[in-house]
Amino acid sequence: MSPTDSLEEIAQRRNAARAERKCRVSVCSGLGCESVGAGAVLEKVRARMRLQGLAEESEVHLTGCRGLCQRGPIVEVEWGPAEAKERRLYLDVDEACADQLALEMATSGAPPASLRDHGGEPFFTRQTKIVLANAGVIDPEDIESCIAAGAYSALEKAVTEKKPAEVVQMITESGLRGRGGAGYPTGLKWSTVAKAAGTRKYVVCNGDEGDPGAFMDRSVLEGDPHEVLEGMAIAAYAVGAEQGFIYVRAEYPLAIKRLRAAIKQAERLNLLGAHIFDTGFNFRVDVRTGAGAFVCGEETALIASIEGGRGTPRPRPPYPAVSGLWGQPTLINNVETLANVAAIVRNGPAWFAGIGTEKSKGTKVFALAGKIQNTGLIEVPMGMTLREIIFDIGGGIPGGKRFKAAQTGGPSGGCIPAQFLDLPVDYESLQQVGTIMGSGGLIVMDESSCMVDVAKFFIEFCREESCGKCIPCRAGTVQIHDILVRITHGLGNFEDLEKLEDLADLLRNTSLCGLGQTAPNPVVSTIRYFRDEYLAHVNEHRCPAGVCAMAGSTAAREPSRAHSVA
Amino acid sequence: MIAEPASATSPKGGDKRLKMLDAAMRRQQFQADALLEVLHSAQELYGFLSGEVLLHIGRSLKVPPSRVYGVATFYNHFSLKPKGEHTCTVCMGTACYVKGAGEILGRVRDELGLSERKSTTDDGKASVVVARCVGACGIAPAVVFDQEVAGGLGPEAVVSRVRGWIR
Repeated sequence: MSPTDSLEEIAQRRNAARAERKCRVSVCSGLGCESVGAGAVLEKVRARMRLQGLAEESEVHLTGCRGLCQRGPIVEVEWGPAEAKERRLYLDVDEACADQLALEMATSGAPPASLRDHGGEPFFTRQTKIVLANAGVIDPEDIESCIAAGAYSALEKAVTEKKPAEVVQMITESGLRGRGGAGYPTGLKWSTVAKAAGTRKYVVCNGDEGDPGAFMDRSVLEGDPHEVLEGMAIAAYAVGAEQGFIYVRAEYPLAIKRLRAAIKQAERLNLLGAHIFDTGFNFRVDVRTGAGAFVCGEETALIASIEGGRGTPRPRPPYPAVSGLWGQPTLINNVETLANVAAIVRNGPAWFAGIGTEKSKGTKVFALAGKIQNTGLIEVPMGMTLREIIFDIGGGIPGGKRFKAAQTGGPSGGCIPAQFLDLPVDYESLQQVGTIMGSGGLIVMDESSCMVDVAKFFIEFCREESCGKCIPCRAGTVQIHDILVRITHGLGNFEDLEKLEDLADLLRNTSLCGLGQTAPNPVVSTIRYFRDEYLAHVNEHRCPAGVCAMAGSTAAREPSRAHSVA
Repeated sequence: MIAEPASATSPKGGDKRLKMLDAAMRRQQFQADALLEVLHSAQELYGFLSGEVLLHIGRSLKVPPSRVYGVATFYNHFSLKPKGEHTCTVCMGTACYVKGAGEILGRVRDELGLSERKSTTDDGKASVVVARCVGACGIAPAVVFDQEVAGGLGPEAVVSRVRGWIR
């Protein structure tokens, strides 16, 4: 490969080579599939193809997350003449099955008819993919395969054909809003940074996906790292930055490894670095590894952490857009937000604005987890109802149990009870029922979950993750947790409920940053919709779901840890 | 607790790891703001951050020991005590929690005689730690045995895996 090849030449060469091959087998390498032996499946297919003398005529590669984590390893095969390729998608592929599949592909040119194709199931067909469009197609460790799928063509278009202000205008017109949770208009943020005065500006990608129960950003970074890097580079061009940082949690070692490799590959092709596309635009990206602090998802804490300090927030204003990293104007966007940018520049803002609802444009990636049949990762247009997401795509609740609530927004969010199943999922609607879009974790609970216990779980999380800088959050989360421990032990009383509501009000209004301000949300939301469960705990000392070990009973073990906040 | 006596993990031991740590700091041009990255490198090399290592990093990056210690203790990922030969990480993220991670954690700790305050067995063979979320929600409950992520295991299966380590 010559570094002077244009993107188009690379794409043409790769696509021509692929069209000539007899077949292609791709194995999902998401964490779910990896944990049940996807690596061995990939090797098995490769070995069989070699054995059959088909190593040159077949393409066997890994891909990013396919979404249906519970049914891995997931394997897709593609075969036939270039103009009429056929495709099949298989779930639960073990080594023996993979071997049989490869053997059939090699000998008869098509997969065995006995294997069931799952590609037509609602889980796959009901989704609309922008961010994850290529995650299941490309080999994330091979930049050429990403380029063949269109990577960096939007960056080329932006830096060679558009002025920075035009790029900002495109993002504004698209209606893209921050996917980290709050939903701030992305175009507005970009134009603030673009207008800010400063000698150096920075672009930061927030990949500190701290919400327990959310793994969208991990899957995007692992499955299509170049999409995020391209988004960062376009953002940098638009706001006038030359240095970027991508902050990823230490819990995601594969994402970090793939990002580092992707940056090196992109630099080698002059897609990052100096004089990108032979223009005057320079952009360098460095990976910074988080170290396990939920509060670092808050933008001012994130900045402190990148600067090498304790990740504690500071009051805003000034906002990072004016004074961020080392006091310079800094654009901070979430992974998924940046992953939308290249598609918007490539297809135009009108195309993007045509998807979703009036105020919430585009798609949203959700991590479906908890008591749901199809756990995994999905991308749906904004405005799809919760019922469609949970029952059509998610396959409903396993074991014949009843749906009780869906929790969104993690420790900063709230729950949505059954009466709102037909609610369209967008920023405004979720806010109206007392929760938030959040980063995309969607945990489904059935009748065997106790909502008081769930509230206790989240407040315990916030108690431990409070950075300790401001008192309402540091002490308030301890107080709320203590009360909930009492209630779940059957030792609470009615006044405790009032105290909870008072404390919630206090934290919301007086905490320094988003962590403390939103920490009471899960408590407030469960009291609002499941007050009868709280009342059963405090009045009758009974846990309707049978989860809490009430005083005098020998019910379920108490998993909560002792008070450890010093 | 910063001034620990020199031990086998002392950076003055002249072992290779010290050279590798110095190389990692050189790559960062001894910039003070690379402290977090350097602490990551040190923990990867030594398995934990001893007082000696923290002092050495502070001197090299020209950062006061108070700040090095403050940063090292702020983040959950850094450990100031050595871990066991094997580590069982139980994910307690929301998805894992609603699928019974609490029971798994309790059973594994009971099996090894560990608790929230005591995370490593006396013979140094095994540690049990809690993760906030490893992002494996699709295969919850998730447990990480050393580096390997396993999903969908019940308490029995996890306990029997860990039992193999202490024999």
